[in-house]
Amino acid sequence: MSFWEYLTTRRQQLLTDAFQHASAVFQCMVVATALGVLIAVLSYRSTWAGNLAITSTATFLTVPSLALIGLLIPVVGLGVAPTVIALTLYGLLPIVRNAIVGLRGVDPSLVDAAKGIGMSHTARLLRVELPLAWPPILTGIRVSTQMLMGIAAIAAYASGPGLGNEIFRGIASLGSANAVNQVLAGTLGIVVLALLFDAAYVLLGRLTIPRGIRA
Amino acid sequence: MPESASENTAAASAATSSAASSATSAAASSATPAAASSATPAASSATPVPDTAFGGAVSRGGASGATIRLENLTKRYPGNPMPAVDNVSMEIKAGEIVIFVGPSGCGKSTTLKMINRLIEPTSGRIRINDEDVTDMDPVKLRRKIGYAIQASGLFPHMTVAENIALVPKMAGWPRTRVRDRVEEMLDLVGLDPREFHGRYPRQLSGGQQQRVGVARALAADPPVLLMDEPFGAVDPITRDHLQDELIRLQHELRKTIVFVTHDFDEAIKLGDRIAVLRERSHIAQFDTPEAILTNPTDDFVSGFVGAGAALKRLNLTRVRDVAIAEFPTVGVDDPLQSVFDRLRQGPHNELLMLDRRGRPYKWLRRGDLARAKGSLARAGQLVQDTVTRDATLRDALEAVLTDSGGRAAVTGRRGEYIGVVDMETLMNSVHELLEADRLAAIEHQHQLEELHHDRTERELEGFGG
Ligand SMILES: Nc1ncnc2c1ncn2[C@@H]1O[C@H](COP(=O)(O)OP(=O)(O)O)[C@@H](O)[C@H]1O
Ligand SMILES: [Mg+2]
Repeated sequence: MSFWEYLTTRRQQLLTDAFQHASAVFQCMVVATALGVLIAVLSYRSTWAGNLAITSTATFLTVPSLALIGLLIPVVGLGVAPTVIALTLYGLLPIVRNAIVGLRGVDPSLVDAAKGIGMSHTARLLRVELPLAWPPILTGIRVSTQMLMGIAAIAAYASGPGLGNEIFRGIASLGSANAVNQVLAGTLGIVVLALLFDAAYVLLGRLTIPRGIRA
Repeated sequence: MPESASENTAAASAATSSAASSATSAAASSATPAAASSATPAASSATPVPDTAFGGAVSRGGASGATIRLENLTKRYPGNPMPAVDNVSMEIKAGEIVIFVGPSGCGKSTTLKMINRLIEPTSGRIRINDEDVTDMDPVKLRRKIGYAIQASGLFPHMTVAENIALVPKMAGWPRTRVRDRVEEMLDLVGLDPREFHGRYPRQLSGGQQQRVGVARALAADPPVLLMDEPFGAVDPITRDHLQDELIRLQHELRKTIVFVTHDFDEAIKLGDRIAVLRERSHIAQFDTPEAILTNPTDDFVSGFVGAGAALKRLNLTRVRDVAIAEFPTVGVDDPLQSVFDRLRQGPHNELLMLDRRGRPYKWLRRGDLARAKGSLARAGQLVQDTVTRDATLRDALEAVLTDSGGRAAVTGRRGEYIGVVDMETLMNSVHELLEADRLAAIEHQHQLEELHHDRTERELEGFGG
């Protein structure tokens, strides 16, 4: 069976896997973004707290994804739960780091001005600091997403959803007729998804970065 | 301060005409009750209490200034045994511009930022219109104090209009009033609302950014305005314009302005009173520019005044304060014949030609007519330089020297012709000024001697009785 024939016959299954893959990454990104920005907001003003946040989120990245999922299975079981937890943890680092760097990089004279004209803590954060730190945060989100696309494939090991199932099935049956097609379909699917997401982020940047600070 | 306001009948007028209050400040701010009760008629600067309390009703035509009193303000930064600001006391009257001037690092900014509590004082108190604001909620306090800084501090992700609208919005003004206010403020600082409303700060020149910064600081009509080297980062010509604008604004608004600079010439130009600060914000002299120029208390102050005090004196008087003379004018569209007639028959041998918008355009002399040959297009001398009524005599002198005829045209806000100043007027004014300064200095000296004399006499009596 040629690769093209494989794609057409297995179209339904592939689309479902791709959708689940994208959906898992998307949802984990939403959680990771919310959590990451929150961690950054709570810690950026203090040197040690900010550095601690960056170091500890970086530590997750050094744990091999397969090992992390393996460690999570006895605790939370198989399926969606270990996938979501692992993806969210991995997704944190670029967001936390970029958000902290972005928030710390806001021109001190602007912070001074914001305080000086009588903005409260919250107003300063929401109306001045976060909007100005948004471009680097968005970059962090993009990097995170690219990373999670690949890592999400490993989730199939824990019976998680997504295109990883395709790849694992292929690897398990290496030598059989469709093995290469399966690995290829899964991999290409992930690449295409990653490109689609990236395009979406470019659009999001256009829509959300204020004109006055757009590069 | 003791309420020794009995002599101070014209309290309200004293608040606005700060020029009248020469040489009282330093004594008043450091006076202990005992010293103040001794016979010093000069030190009659007991605070005139304005009728609107700080933060009280925004009165008709906007809130004018409030009195600020700093009492033994001290700031120690952690990790530094020496205080950055050491026990500063001073009183800033409602409606005056006080300049803090001093070398870099002497604590000007720290002192200024303690007024709106961007920096919390280590000890001491701040009173605004007799209300102790040292423990007030700083966010509430700052909404009643305008704040403008060197880098303009405009938020780059907001448009000009959004920046200006920030404080009124936070104060809960209704939307339509905020919108009107933004237009009004842009107009006030000399920017066309239609053109600048929707621009982002990066689309503005440095000077325009600074104007918007001032507009934002004034948007909610605060009685007090703090400015930290606001014109420090713009080129000299723009700075000069901005200073003139600030003077014009202050004529209209009568805010209490505290302005920090390290440029003594700027201090002289803008200040009703100047506080010359030395290290740790110690007050070397706190007085009117005239008094500081003619009577610096010590070498530190004279060092700061620098050379050319007499020339600097020219910066203290404005064109509006000297006689602006009438001058015969014609319009560019006037018929040629009538221009000829006026020059030939009138008492003057020179005319000023105005353009279609009433702005000075050309000087026309009798001799020019001979060469005119039926058209005035090439005749006459283009007007090189004009001055506004708010320009200093120094600017006027400059303009007169540039314009070969020994006079310069005075123009209004839109560049329209108002009158002329000439060399003779300037010379006379300068002579009068210097003479008046000399008399004031002598009188000041007398008062000090009398005071000294009084004290010695009383001490002698004390021993005798
Ligand atoms: N946040 C700070 N922490 C420690 N020291 C400071 C801080 N801000 C200013 N200083 C010190 O306080 C002194 C006065 O500073 P500043 O008020 O900024 O001076 P100026 O505005 O007159 O140049 C300087 O010696 C400066 O180094
Ligand atoms: Mg400073």
